[in-house]
Amino acid sequence: MSAIHEWGVAETARQLASKQVSSTEVTQALIQRCEAYQGMGAFVHFAPELALQSAKEADVRLGAGERAALLGVPLAHKDVFVTKTMPTTAGSRMLAGYKSPFNATVVQRLMDAGAISLGKLNCDEFAMGSGNENSAYSLVKNPWDTSRVPGGSSGGSAAAVAAGLVAGATGTDTGGSIRQPASFCGITGIKPTYGLCSRFGMVAFASSLDQAGPMAKSAEDCAVMLSHMTGPDLDHDSTSLDVAKVDYVAALHQPRLGATADKPLLGLRVGLPSEFFGAGLSVDVNAAVQVALKQLTDMGATLVDISLPRTELSIPVYYIIAPAEASSNLSRFDGVRYGHRAKDYDDLGDMYQRSRSEGFGPEVQRRILIGAYVLSHGYYDAYYVKAQKIRRLIAQDFQAAFQQCDVIAGPVAPTVAWGIGEKSNDPVANYLADIFTLSTSLAGLPGMSVPAGFGAGAMPVGLQLVGNYLNESALLHTAHSFQQATDWHRRSPSLLTPGAAA
Amino acid sequence: MALTSDDMARLSRLARLEVNPQTQQQTLDTLNGFFKLVEQMNAVDTDGVEPLAHPTDAMGTVAELRLRDDVVSEPATEQARTANQASAPAVERGLFLVPKVIE
Amino acid sequence: MSAVAPQKSLLVNGYEVVIGFETHTQLSTHSKIFSRSSVAFGAEPNTQASVVDMALPGTLPVMNKGAVERAIKLGLAVGGYVSDKSVFARKNYFYPDLPKGYQISQFEIPVVQGGAVSFLLDGEPTSVRLVRAHLEEDAGKSLHDDFVGQSGIDLNRAGTPLLEIVTEPDMRSSAEAVAYAKELHKLVTWIGICDGNMQEGSFRCDANVSVRKPGAELGTRREIKNLNSFRFMQQAIDFEILWQIEQIEDGYAIQQATVLFDPDTGETRAMRTKEDAADYRYFPDPDLPPLVISREWVARVQAAMPELPRVMAKRLIETHGLSVYDADMLTASQHTAAYFEAATSGCGQPKLVANWMMGELSKRLNGDGLEIAHAPVQALLLAALVARIQDQTISNNAARQVFDALWNGESADVDALIESKGLKQMNDTTALEAIIADVVAANPDNVVQFKAGKDKAFNALVGQVMKASKGKANPQQVNDLLRAALEA
Repeated sequence: MSAIHEWGVAETARQLASKQVSSTEVTQALIQRCEAYQGMGAFVHFAPELALQSAKEADVRLGAGERAALLGVPLAHKDVFVTKTMPTTAGSRMLAGYKSPFNATVVQRLMDAGAISLGKLNCDEFAMGSGNENSAYSLVKNPWDTSRVPGGSSGGSAAAVAAGLVAGATGTDTGGSIRQPASFCGITGIKPTYGLCSRFGMVAFASSLDQAGPMAKSAEDCAVMLSHMTGPDLDHDSTSLDVAKVDYVAALHQPRLGATADKPLLGLRVGLPSEFFGAGLSVDVNAAVQVALKQLTDMGATLVDISLPRTELSIPVYYIIAPAEASSNLSRFDGVRYGHRAKDYDDLGDMYQRSRSEGFGPEVQRRILIGAYVLSHGYYDAYYVKAQKIRRLIAQDFQAAFQQCDVIAGPVAPTVAWGIGEKSNDPVANYLADIFTLSTSLAGLPGMSVPAGFGAGAMPVGLQLVGNYLNESALLHTAHSFQQATDWHRRSPSLLTPGAAA
Repeated sequence: MALTSDDMARLSRLARLEVNPQTQQQTLDTLNGFFKLVEQMNAVDTDGVEPLAHPTDAMGTVAELRLRDDVVSEPATEQARTANQASAPAVERGLFLVPKVIE
Repeated sequence: MSAVAPQKSLLVNGYEVVIGFETHTQLSTHSKIFSRSSVAFGAEPNTQASVVDMALPGTLPVMNKGAVERAIKLGLAVGGYVSDKSVFARKNYFYPDLPKGYQISQFEIPVVQGGAVSFLLDGEPTSVRLVRAHLEEDAGKSLHDDFVGQSGIDLNRAGTPLLEIVTEPDMRSSAEAVAYAKELHKLVTWIGICDGNMQEGSFRCDANVSVRKPGAELGTRREIKNLNSFRFMQQAIDFEILWQIEQIEDGYAIQQATVLFDPDTGETRAMRTKEDAADYRYFPDPDLPPLVISREWVARVQAAMPELPRVMAKRLIETHGLSVYDADMLTASQHTAAYFEAATSGCGQPKLVANWMMGELSKRLNGDGLEIAHAPVQALLLAALVARIQDQTISNNAARQVFDALWNGESADVDALIESKGLKQMNDTTALEAIIADVVAANPDNVVQFKAGKDKAFNALVGQVMKASKGKANPQQVNDLLRAALEA
């Protein structure tokens, strides 16, 4: 039987339900592993005592024959979800030690499903970054090669799952922050349709783009978690979609019409945007993606050439809209009601400036300035409004594409994970690396990253699947079928030396 | 057009951020590098296109604000206040303290 | 706004005064505009500030239907257009009483567009056009007195729903401005969207004042903030007008500024302007989709609207033949109007009721500092009294005594009081004729003088008869019968 840390969410739940093991045993095993691989930097706040306490309670409920999908399963949350029993920093010095009086809806729902939490996971400050190099706390290392970044902004979540420190983790995706680190760390992650998961309790980065999602070992794991993260939250979030909850696990096993055992994807039209396979895409990533696409056809899918003509524009459009919203969302951090307040200051204005300049890191300050600029008098129409118009055109391009296909497939990122420090003094280069994930976020569509082999330096490569609005089931079904025929998602890094803790 | 250090000063004031003399030039270069990237937007014809402020607006149904009933359900208690002020830098008699506000 | 401003020329030292108003009316909802905390006044600091009102990380706004409904009512009351789609925007600026670092307001598309407020100015029908009315959230309060060198921030008021009502620069005098403000105050309380409590800041006026030579283009305006009483309003505007004229006469240009009125000095002084006020970086709030108001909803609200004061005044003039002035007074508030309608239907004497309400009743109300709703003499009691005057049971003088008795609570039974006080008029002719006969017999000289054509003598005789009847005789009747007796 495989080791506990290799189980993932669904298998752990099965083992607990069939009483093969207790939640306490599982939790203890993972705690030991977390301690061994502390140097990975995955956690901002590690809460073993709390987790063991919850595990004991879960064991009692399990003993009493109680059934809850995630009862006793140890997860951890990206540190942008506020939590009552653990501090929340959003990876920023600004929020060091911040205690929230309430739980984020997503966190609360997972708790209601019985999940327990090992702590809060590292991320880029306020979720702004693609390499997790913008955290005010420790660097996060990629379990496959600790000299490389895990991706961002949900880098701690991706690293923790890949290293088997947790069964599964929550993440958030504003422009690719679930999909890209999932791809870099060889795990499975899905960003659902905008509004499917409540944003209540997520420290806001860009309100019209932020979306929570699960990051785990497999499509099945994601389906289990997503089923308990979604659902209307009408009392707390005006953008929460008022749609019926879906059992995504059932959707996994729902055979396609006319499909057969050996051709489970028969009739599935997979669209390949030519813009995703251009010069910008590195050879090794392309090779891995091509093999994955071949696999899909072997399973009955047909490949269709499509076009998303404004893919390149998604970079300026996103990097205008997201900073604009962020510059406003981050105005509440003024050192008055919570958060960092400078030690010395002359007057109120000085207190604001010093507290914010000390509290925010360089990338966050950069984006606040960009946001203030594109919204400021005289530039608003040329930048912000123009970007929002192109955003609609981008959304329309997707609808045109979905006339020809059921899901869209391509790479998640142009390259595999880069070396720590490689891009840190070239922010714009970081922006460019998001090219394949931004347009999906701008349109509010669901997107997914599925392990699809390895590229340069034996680093994982992810296959991106994009579906139409509220079509998460199709994505998860496709990914699950793919994972029945492949074992990329079962590969795990050989963390021989807990000396990764360097 | 490129941003100047004057723009930087204005934006920093707007955003309540200090201008850091050491990093200012680098930041300026980065921002200008970014705004070069932005220039490609100008080529796009967006006449008659409605800006998309809410993604839900692109989901076939028009985005429409949901309204809640006018009901009070928050507890107006000092316990709730204490919890809400748990991370406040300076509180006295339930009030957040700040350097004197001059009007 | 294509219609032109009504032409009014009231020059002050040769300058034309131009005034526009921005009024923040606090909507009378139970909960806040974007959160479920109470808006009740005077709670312990920050106990009515929820996680949303404190802008804690991860919190989001959820719109209060009651606030929207009140905005629709205002739109209907002023004959404006209730937007089928309006947009909430963020107004970005830093201030300690603004928890999010931005105020959620409406910028490009407000919930109400256009409309007008009509009222009487020195008996003249006047109308002030509205530009717009938009929904927004109130800020908290900064308290300066209790702490040395520091301010305390109370966010209980943060998130209270406001409807900001903005006029065209149509007003030409402080008197007109105050009349407008009073009419608007009457209107918002009449339709029940605001409690109108000015002490508690439920109705806050900002006046934009400028002066110019007639025909010249608009002068630079200064905004007088937070005028919370009608009295100070007039003082503040008058001071500001003279101050601006003086500046210009002395060769200074007026600088655009926000000023505060100090009731103690009677002067206005410029506020320390918020930096970057020029650049609020408005943009549509991504947390709030557009506010969509169906025509069906507007129709439902319309159907439930009370008769508006101006409509009611018109009706009173037409159906009861009241004067424009009387009708205006009797529709000063819904309580006054209700009192009048009840009393009138109780006795069928609108004119008498009107006279008594604007005479005795308002005199006593002012004297005792009471609202009409709490008058000891309620509508039906006054109706009963008026009925007795009408059927000549008592004279007006006697009625005043009865009214006082009712007011002082001696009794709540008009007829019983008339009895116990023996105020009944003597309308029985035979008894009166007997008295007259006695008086005529007892005063031969007067009779002679009367016959000699001296009217004074007649009046003397009338006095004698009234005296003999202990004032109960009906004066008119005495006149007729006495004249008949003498000329017999």
